[in-house]
Amino acid sequence: MTPEIGHFALALAFALALIQSVVPLIGASRGKLLWMQSARATSIGQLLLVGLAFGALMRSFIISDFTVVNVASNSHSLKPMLYKIAGTWGSHEGSLLLWVLILTLFGAGVSLFGSNIPDPLKARTLAVQAWISTGFLSFMLFTSNPFTRVFPPPADGKDLNPLLQDVGLALHPPFLYLGYVGFSIVFSFAVAALLEGRVDAAWARWVRPWTLAAWMSLTAGIVLGSWWAYYELGWGGWWFWDPVENVSFMPWLLGTALLHSAIVTEKRDAFKSWTILLAILTFSLSLLGTFVVRSGLLTSVHAFAVDPERGLYILFLLALSIGGSLALYAWRAPMMEAGGIFKPISREAGLLVNNLILGAATGTVLFGTLYPLFLEAVTGEKISVGAPFFNATFIPMMLPLVLFMGVGPFLSWKRADLAGVLQRVWFVALASIIATLVLWYLQEGGPLLAHLSILLATWLLLATLREWAMRIRLFDVPFSEALRRARNLPRASHGMTMAHAGLAVAMFGFIGSSAWKVEEVVFVAPGSTIEIAGFEVTFEGVERVRGPNYFADRGTLDVTRNGESITTLFPERRYYPIAESSTTESAIRSTLAGDLYASIAEPASEDAELSGAWTLRILYEPFVNFIWLGSTFLILGGALSLSDRRLRVGAPKRTRATSALSTPAE
Amino acid sequence: MKRILAFLPLLVAVVFGGFFLWGLNPDRDPNEVPSVLIAQPAPDFDLEPVVGVETPGLSRSNLVGTETAVILNVFASWCVPCRAEHAVLTSLAERDGIRLFGINYKDEPEDAARWLTELGNPYARIGSDISGRAGIEWGISGVPETFIVSSDGTVLYRHVGPVVGEVAVGKFREALVQAGALLREDL
Repeated sequence: MTPEIGHFALALAFALALIQSVVPLIGASRGKLLWMQSARATSIGQLLLVGLAFGALMRSFIISDFTVVNVASNSHSLKPMLYKIAGTWGSHEGSLLLWVLILTLFGAGVSLFGSNIPDPLKARTLAVQAWISTGFLSFMLFTSNPFTRVFPPPADGKDLNPLLQDVGLALHPPFLYLGYVGFSIVFSFAVAALLEGRVDAAWARWVRPWTLAAWMSLTAGIVLGSWWAYYELGWGGWWFWDPVENVSFMPWLLGTALLHSAIVTEKRDAFKSWTILLAILTFSLSLLGTFVVRSGLLTSVHAFAVDPERGLYILFLLALSIGGSLALYAWRAPMMEAGGIFKPISREAGLLVNNLILGAATGTVLFGTLYPLFLEAVTGEKISVGAPFFNATFIPMMLPLVLFMGVGPFLSWKRADLAGVLQRVWFVALASIIATLVLWYLQEGGPLLAHLSILLATWLLLATLREWAMRIRLFDVPFSEALRRARNLPRASHGMTMAHAGLAVAMFGFIGSSAWKVEEVVFVAPGSTIEIAGFEVTFEGVERVRGPNYFADRGTLDVTRNGESITTLFPERRYYPIAESSTTESAIRSTLAGDLYASIAEPASEDAELSGAWTLRILYEPFVNFIWLGSTFLILGGALSLSDRRLRVGAPKRTRATSALSTPAE
Repeated sequence: MKRILAFLPLLVAVVFGGFFLWGLNPDRDPNEVPSVLIAQPAPDFDLEPVVGVETPGLSRSNLVGTETAVILNVFASWCVPCRAEHAVLTSLAERDGIRLFGINYKDEPEDAARWLTELGNPYARIGSDISGRAGIEWGISGVPETFIVSSDGTVLYRHVGPVVGEVAVGKFREALVQAGALLREDL
């Protein structure tokens, strides 16, 4: 019965979405308040109904109701409860339901918390949001119903892909979708603004918290995915430039640009049509991601089951939403008047550089990701574009961004005093250069690009801290006074410092773990010892152990340093008999200085198996944990900025002082 | 100018959409990667015969200077699909008279011998690749894989997976005709 309730709830939600697509819009154009406000009830209703459907599907997973096809093909009665629950969004249908749930969540969020938004804008925004949910609810109901029954029901399920049975990956999709789909509301705001034909500072202020919330979730989602790849796939890498990774990264890059250009729109009433375009494109890239992952358009290690027919439906939705919004943009954007003017050296110009670089980087990733498709369409040749392309194009593009990021926050609006800024940062630059040279001397070797990156990361970290210290006048005034200033500083300002510093910290992780990584792949017999990065690793042998729904060969590795026992690692090779596939469970000894990472693969050969010899992969990844640490700073920085009272209370005022010291920079 | 610029994103999106539509063609398989060996000389390898089987061993020199194109099949007794395609290969060797060579991949000699006794041995030569080294040279992604090699030792065609079923067999025979190993009338 429960699955039918879920199905019915979806159908009702579809009906509500249809109403919400039309009624508030008519209300807004005719000035009928009641019609406009109907969106409140329908958007909350949609959330409740889709939530009910989601709960129904989850219940089917929890009680292992194998009469539901989706449960039978993605779950198993022996699976641990956490992964039964996570199985709800482990399949194409289930994850789509989660997608729509988050879509309605953001719609209802604007209804509930957007009390300061004028009714016509809110009505139009919610109507646009309802167009999107109409599209995706119909997609689900007509092509991907998660509640389809099967008769006779199988005795037990086929199990979830074992690679996905992992805490990191159980949480990865919800966060990723909160980010992806969170940009939908920004998109809806943008389209509503185009419909109204008006974009002003107030609009930017209403949009910013939603952009920030989506951006934070997307950051968390990407980081969780990367962390999962790091310890679960057994290769010790955290980013592979795989198409599916890229399609989640592109909205992040462009969303970051949007976050910054919206500041200019908010503070200076400039970059208006650009901000609108970014809002549309960011969500378009999220939709593109949904399309690529579900249509089998590109080769990837982690896409959903390929189905070109579903792909065609999504492409149709894409054409409507992206094509429609961009057509509207082409029509309306030229009518928007330009905002405040500024000099080439100013906060605006700095943020423009940020936007240009992030935009170009997004374009590069997009091109690299889709190039195999373009080439195949034009010449029939099949190639794959991998890490070398992205490393050669993306990294050199991002390094100047980091350079500018150090200076940007020092610049004042409209016209900045470059000499004054340089006077404040020259010793920061000098300190970074000295630190880099010292490191170069200590490390001896490593690629030049890595040293250059270290220099820039150090520069970014120090310059960011310097800017923060300058704001609170640390060391210039008594400490208690500096503390008082720090308390009075807008939280958005602290948020910026934290996020920028977070990127610097993460950069140390990126650089250390790629340039100074040490890797050994060896055949080992019990008792043999490998030396790596100052550790001695002794392979004790492999034993067979049993888990709830798998068998595992568990290796035992004794790790010592200079004869002193450090730890024992237990890498596993798991076999899931029901899903008929294997996973690698790497064992990691984690410290801030670096990770010692071990994974075992199958026996070297059949003869070797008899003697107990295995293939062992051992890596030492310096600084890799700085990636997760820095990313956490990024997310916390976003949270701090989101909690700024400016974004919570009061209608925005149009006039304000614009000196560098009194204006918070995000 | 501003109007034209505002149209640009739409234009780009439409072009992308066109490519996507093309990419959704159900016959297209983005995972299908052609072998880098195609139109290249066969890689160097030298394999001993399978112990306990009369058939001689196989090396690269056996692939060069043949009268017509030959088939090189990578198989193993532990591989179930190999069993399925065995009849097809046997028919090609015995009915159509094409020379069939085999690489016995990561297999125990006695298992291979038993397998050949049970199903019949259509191979003119079999190299025993216990270490899997030759398999790496040939760049195989799994077993079975079947290659067509021309008389001068150039790799002409690669088939991944068993040559079973109307479509796969049809394509394979067509490739043999192209290679000159089979007459078009025999298709």
